[in-house]
Amino acid sequence: MITDIILAFLFGGAVCAAVQIFIDKTMLTPARILVTLVTIGVLLYAVGLYEPLYEIFGCGISVPLVGFGASIARGVREAIDQVGAFGILTGGLTATSAGITLALLLGLAFSIIGHGKRRNIPKKRGIRPHSM
Amino acid sequence: MDIYTNEGKKKLIKENTPRSTLGKNLVKSFLIGGAISGGGEALRILLLKIGVAEKQAPVYVSLTIVSIAAVLTLLGVFDSIARHAGAGTLVPISGFSNAVTSQAIDAKSEGLVLGVGAKIFSICGPVILFGLAAGVIYGAIYYIAISFGW
Repeated sequence: MITDIILAFLFGGAVCAAVQIFIDKTMLTPARILVTLVTIGVLLYAVGLYEPLYEIFGCGISVPLVGFGASIARGVREAIDQVGAFGILTGGLTATSAGITLALLLGLAFSIIGHGKRRNIPKKRGIRPHSM
Repeated sequence: MDIYTNEGKKKLIKENTPRSTLGKNLVKSFLIGGAISGGGEALRILLLKIGVAEKQAPVYVSLTIVSIAAVLTLLGVFDSIARHAGAGTLVPISGFSNAVTSQAIDAKSEGLVLGVGAKIFSICGPVILFGLAAGVIYGAIYYIAISFGW
């Protein structure tokens, strides 16, 4: 049980550190990185590497966004097994619907509660205009 | 601080230049990304113990991380953590959730439909689109393969 948590910690951390190298060396935008990770997730599942990795590292691979891509691929595969060709179109969104719906709903709710101030201005560093 | 003297300017430049090196960034993203994944695994084990189905457990873990990240974004705490964590908070599903909520909150002043409604998808839209596209390509290949009995 402790070993499972340590393995997840190590693998999840390693994925993040690897991506950090890409960010620092290539200046890729976050959106491109997220898209790449999801696509890698689909590929990993398609070639049959995701399931064995998940057996070993658990949330170490399902929590990074590759897990999202793998869910899409798994959903497609299971839907095809159940309903045939129609599943090619239905499987991806069905499998990831909970996460997408929750994220979007929270985004909508919090945009109504929250105030749209710029949250990414560093507090101490940087020059501030005299009047905002 | 007097920004019109040489000392003041130097100080200002020093304070505004990112000092962290790649090594430091790597350690931070490794530790924070690892902590999120390890915490997720701990939660998954706990969920399995209380009788959640094997297939459902990772979904609940993702939903929990999505919710926590969205709340932290609302409170404005997420950016302070992400500034240190870098890929450590971007790569886990928390980065996806933060992208959705922060875009939605930022677009509030532009209106509910074409502001929040449209901008909420500006980062998660491409992620969902290309994920689905890759999934459909895989599905088509898989369907053809099983149809021919490969």
